[in-house]
Amino acid sequence: MPEVKLVNVTKRYGKIVANDGVTLTLKDGEYVSVIGPSGCGKSTLIKNIAGIITPDEGEIYFDGRRVNELPIENRGIGYVFQNIALFPHMSVWGNVTYGPRVRGLSPEEMRPLAIEMLEMIKVNERSDAYPNELSSGTQQKTAVARALTSRAELLLLDEPLGALDVKVRAALRSELKRLVKDLKLTALHVTHDQEEALSISDRVVVMKMGRIVEEGAPIDLYTHPKNLFTANFVGEANFLAGEVVKASGKNVLVELEEGPEIRAEASDQRMGDRVVTAFRPEFVNVETNGVNRLKGRVVDVLYSGSTVRIRVKLGKGSIVVAKQMLHSEAATIHVGDDITLSIPPQRILVYPYPEGGLEKELALE
Amino acid sequence: MTKRFGEITALDGVNLSIEDGEYVCVLGPTGAGKTTFLRIVAGLLEPDEGEIYIDGKCVNNLPPEARDTVYMFQQYALFPHMTVWQNVSYGPEIKDWNREKVEQLTAEILEMVRLAERRDAYPHELSGGMQQRVALGRGIASGARILLLDEPLGALDARLRVGLRTQLRQLVKDQGLTAIHVTHDQEEALMIADRVVVLRNGRIEQTGTPHEVYSRPNSIFVASFVGGANFVEGTIIGSSDAGSVMEVLGGLQIKVAVSDVGAGEKAVLAFRREDTWVGEEEVAGSNNLPGVIVSATFIGDSMEYEIRLENGVSIVSKILMSDAFKAYTEGQRVVASFPPEKGHVFPYPVMGLLKEVEAI
Repeated sequence: MPEVKLVNVTKRYGKIVANDGVTLTLKDGEYVSVIGPSGCGKSTLIKNIAGIITPDEGEIYFDGRRVNELPIENRGIGYVFQNIALFPHMSVWGNVTYGPRVRGLSPEEMRPLAIEMLEMIKVNERSDAYPNELSSGTQQKTAVARALTSRAELLLLDEPLGALDVKVRAALRSELKRLVKDLKLTALHVTHDQEEALSISDRVVVMKMGRIVEEGAPIDLYTHPKNLFTANFVGEANFLAGEVVKASGKNVLVELEEGPEIRAEASDQRMGDRVVTAFRPEFVNVETNGVNRLKGRVVDVLYSGSTVRIRVKLGKGSIVVAKQMLHSEAATIHVGDDITLSIPPQRILVYPYPEGGLEKELALE
Repeated sequence: MTKRFGEITALDGVNLSIEDGEYVCVLGPTGAGKTTFLRIVAGLLEPDEGEIYIDGKCVNNLPPEARDTVYMFQQYALFPHMTVWQNVSYGPEIKDWNREKVEQLTAEILEMVRLAERRDAYPHELSGGMQQRVALGRGIASGARILLLDEPLGALDARLRVGLRTQLRQLVKDQGLTAIHVTHDQEEALMIADRVVVLRNGRIEQTGTPHEVYSRPNSIFVASFVGGANFVEGTIIGSSDAGSVMEVLGGLQIKVAVSDVGAGEKAVLAFRREDTWVGEEEVAGSNNLPGVIVSATFIGDSMEYEIRLENGVSIVSKILMSDAFKAYTEGQRVVASFPPEKGHVFPYPVMGLLKEVEAI
């Protein structure tokens, strides 16, 4: 429920700057996810907010009140980790009422609270079970309920679904979001899983080397990432380098190093600029009559459920991936085929060529 | 192959042949017996019953190192005090090959796993993905022709995992190795394997190419575990050569593929979320189910719509947001449709539908 504000938060571990001047506001009732590669500082960020660590510089405010020195137990937060931390010798009921009990609530006071939480997470029928009798998904839901019986208004989730099977993870995503919205909580969720972040949050924050690179609503971040790093990290993309050979208004013509010229919509590129074009595999069409044609040979055809991924090697060796529904004409394509791809201009993103080189910019490790 | 641990039968009469050069993924939920299966093939566990043959030779009594297999764990288990180069050349060196040959092989393998530039680094200086590639290189350097991979990408970040899938497959194919790869991640299995083996409670539920397992699941469990699906209960009311008709809640009649379930019998209809189209108008030849959009969840390349049908049943449609994509908003009236041939009908399970789906 509170509005959380971080202003220029910096945290160092020896020579490593884990958080480097992070400024971020979580609005009242907002669900925000933080994503980024390992070591980007996302866990440090959540620990700063929780009060597990204290920032070296900068301020943290809850509803306008500075909390830098406020101990964790007075911050009104619920904290859920990746590793399910239930008390193994206590039943679900014992675990969920633990917080209220140590706060000195009487059984009459905590009973309705615990029942409400267990109903919310649909575990009320298993309240007598012990953790080892529950599936890992149910255990993690119990951990969330326990975090919330402390009447927390800010829920901090550090890879909360990370230890679960992929299938269970997907199912719990929507439950978690519903819970947070129904209880009108403010939530900060740290994850390395971009699909999880996109599906669960109102806003996604992308971090890299201790700093915020970009933030935005999931669909904006995915369809119009402002920089190359985000385009690569959030979702999959094809990248081809080239040079702007014509620029008028919003339209640019890029001569790719691969040879062909392609049209794209961009605003701040000029003639002669070295650029990187990026486009999502699902926008690459396998038809010969579209614009922005790229010719190549199919090197691999991979099925992923109802979609097919076609890897195409262009003339000079770059690989372009096209992803299409299986029932489209893509289904008739085979390894070794010579094909023509096309990409609509409005689906092509254009970025300045990175100083350290493209490969380095795209490396995730 | 059968293996028991006390009262639990971890593997229950498994029969499987894997061809030379094939990439097989063994897929199943936690506790399905996947790791037990792999450990038996590796020789790290003995089966209680059954035989394992490699190239026609029974290897039950052969120790792991004599089986032409190399086993790779989720945790990479590199030697922390050795460099990348030393880790990879360790196997050939203890086999006492001549120095020149070892050096050539190690250099080739580091090139292959794209770590030639990091040859002098120690494991702790590398990212998880790089460490995993070193482990893979070390496995290949052992000279074994059969790679046994236990959740090899499981410890990596999601974004990195996806990228390594194709690399792993490519490497195995380029080297002409045979691979058995155990995973609980159905998307990984579908993308990487020549053939998928779905394991459940120690038994093989289905085997087939990724496309076969996905498009023709032979049980509710497989439909649910591999790819996910909408499940609707109902009764078969008639069948002909052209297909069967099923009546579901609210008297709605749905055309499906020809089914073995007899008329008047209770059944479960499964159809893929990805096969379910959302539009404003009916699609000719398809089952058209009017409803209202309850939620729209953006998951990157696709949109997932939850639709409440007029009979109260909720279904999900997952649509790739390619160029032709059209967005719908919550509360909007739409028609969900899927072609009859995409509807799979199964006999109503003895233990109930939820049990088959929730076992996951």
